[in-house]
Amino acid sequence: MASKNKEVLFGLYNDEEILLTAVQRAMDDHLDIMDVYSPFPVHGLDPIMGLEESRLHQAGFVYGSIGTLTAFLFMTWVFTRDWPVIFGGKPYWSVPAFIPITFELTVLFAAIGMVVTFYTVCGLGPGVEAKTLDDRITDDKFCIAFDTAGQSSSEIEKLKSFFSSTGASEVNTKVL
Amino acid sequence: MSHAVVSPIREPLVTGNKTYHQITEDLCRPTETAPGLAWVGAFVTALIFMTGGVFCILWTIWFGIGSWNLNRTIGWGWDITNFVWWIGIGHAGTLISAILLLFRQKWRTGVNRAAEAMTIFAVMCAALFPGIHVGRMWVVFFFFPYPNTRGPLWVNFNSPLLWDLFAISTYFTVSLLFWYTGLVPDFATVRDRAKGIRRKIYGFLSFGWTGSAKHWQRWESLSLVLAGLATPLVLSVHTIVSFDFATSVIPGWHTTIFPPYFVAGAVFSGFAMVLTLMLITRKVLHLEDYITIEHIESMNKVILCTGSIVGVAYLTELFVAWYSQYPYEQFAFFNRAVGPYYWSYWGMMACNVITPQLFWSRKMRRSIFWTFLLSIIINIGMWFERFVIIGTTLARDYLPSSWSYYVPTWVEIGIFLGTIGIFFVLYLLFTRVAPVVAIAEIKSILKTGGNQYVGPNATHSHSHSGHDEVHSGDHHEGH
Repeated sequence: MASKNKEVLFGLYNDEEILLTAVQRAMDDHLDIMDVYSPFPVHGLDPIMGLEESRLHQAGFVYGSIGTLTAFLFMTWVFTRDWPVIFGGKPYWSVPAFIPITFELTVLFAAIGMVVTFYTVCGLGPGVEAKTLDDRITDDKFCIAFDTAGQSSSEIEKLKSFFSSTGASEVNTKVL
Repeated sequence: MSHAVVSPIREPLVTGNKTYHQITEDLCRPTETAPGLAWVGAFVTALIFMTGGVFCILWTIWFGIGSWNLNRTIGWGWDITNFVWWIGIGHAGTLISAILLLFRQKWRTGVNRAAEAMTIFAVMCAALFPGIHVGRMWVVFFFFPYPNTRGPLWVNFNSPLLWDLFAISTYFTVSLLFWYTGLVPDFATVRDRAKGIRRKIYGFLSFGWTGSAKHWQRWESLSLVLAGLATPLVLSVHTIVSFDFATSVIPGWHTTIFPPYFVAGAVFSGFAMVLTLMLITRKVLHLEDYITIEHIESMNKVILCTGSIVGVAYLTELFVAWYSQYPYEQFAFFNRAVGPYYWSYWGMMACNVITPQLFWSRKMRRSIFWTFLLSIIINIGMWFERFVIIGTTLARDYLPSSWSYYVPTWVEIGIFLGTIGIFFVLYLLFTRVAPVVAIAEIKSILKTGGNQYVGPNATHSHSHSGHDEVHSGDHHEGH
């Protein structure tokens, strides 16, 4: 991903509606937003930022299918190849009786797979140090951040004037 | 803005004119302050019950199942009754968090966190019983299909008891993942307010969460799909629990109505337990602004609905037993009503069929006292239901010479009380460690559910200038 040291210039907003207008402005002005942070999911933000829809659910479908196949093929193998046993005069390959476990493993694989994928692609997990810009972002502040590493002072001035004209309540810098 | 479309007839779900910061303050406070005397008292009591339960479990393992009063006729007693009861209670959490998420019911945000926690703890209590009741707890791993030196000889995949094992372990795992993923952003909120060692602990628990837009997007996507998966899962779990009975050939168990009847009963008892807990929690932790009368009424409506389904199922069972003209089936139900365990049958009928009908009255649905009382009655009634199905049915089998009666020993009672202790120890710890109400989710519904934006206050209280659209939108609709 990006280099280790980011010099971040960020503005804090008091409300998600002000944030949405500001992000729209930044996109219109072709400012390169590093990230937007909020205490809760702000609806309508993704299309403005141009974020593509998450493909997590497609991954979930794949994991689920793996679960379906694992359960069904394993039970089939056990009861027709490895150790066929007659239970109550039923056929060895008693498909209806396999359905509950097949269903459960489908759900189990999909859920575990998706959760693991979610934390992996987000770079989150136990022991990961949070790179927080401001402690109030998880409380009541909404934040737009720019990476200003290697930028000229005039470019930084431009970003600062962007913040002041879009109603940011505070503008700060931090090295991540 | 697009989300300013709110129904003017909705009652507010967050009262007290909260700001985002106030929500953080209110919901983080229990994790940041020392517990009060009520909490300590409850915790110590629960701990005593838990210790007693652990003692009785060890007693059972040491002396064997002979320390219970089960006999050749009655092979399942309090153990499986308690198992089904706890599993049923564990159904409300996923119903609230998953099904209500799919139905876009915003009131779920006030209670989903605690209900999911309750689900997890209830499933833990439930899972104890199959483990204990096999007698030799140290070989419980035989349940699992693992490559072994006995052939390998595999487990019977055609058995509903094995389906149950898969259903419950899947349910526990998925509920836990769902719950924890919802907790991560809230742990980050607690982390960013904390100092020193607490900051380190919550930093670890929050997995490095920052609130980045892309993370939120994926988080919402994950929540939605997990909800979509958990919905059929929760229905499958109690369906499969009912298969434990329905696929047998015992009169009174061998009925096709069991799966829907068990699922409705599970939701019924689960909501009763959620109400029991939430009514105490909201009072002790001062969460009246987040768990409002509106929330309680909504849950009471679910209780009324599922309680009525359960009532219809009881009557359908009786009708089908008569209509089948099958004497053994008829006897099983006759025996339930007037046999040696008649008191448990009528206890069940009174608690589960008659009392929830009181909730047709709006006054009752909105009364804290009646809600609390009825939630306890329903918890008792649903325990009776499982005992009726298991105990009464087994006590009178095909051979009158082997008919029997069963009362539990102190060991069995001790284990049951012990699981209640375990449940409350875990729940009480949870209320002190994690935000009991989902902070981020409450914030995200504030503008469509806060009382300064909807309901009677919306027209005359303006705290921010940014939300004028909300009110002007309402006015337009009014004209």
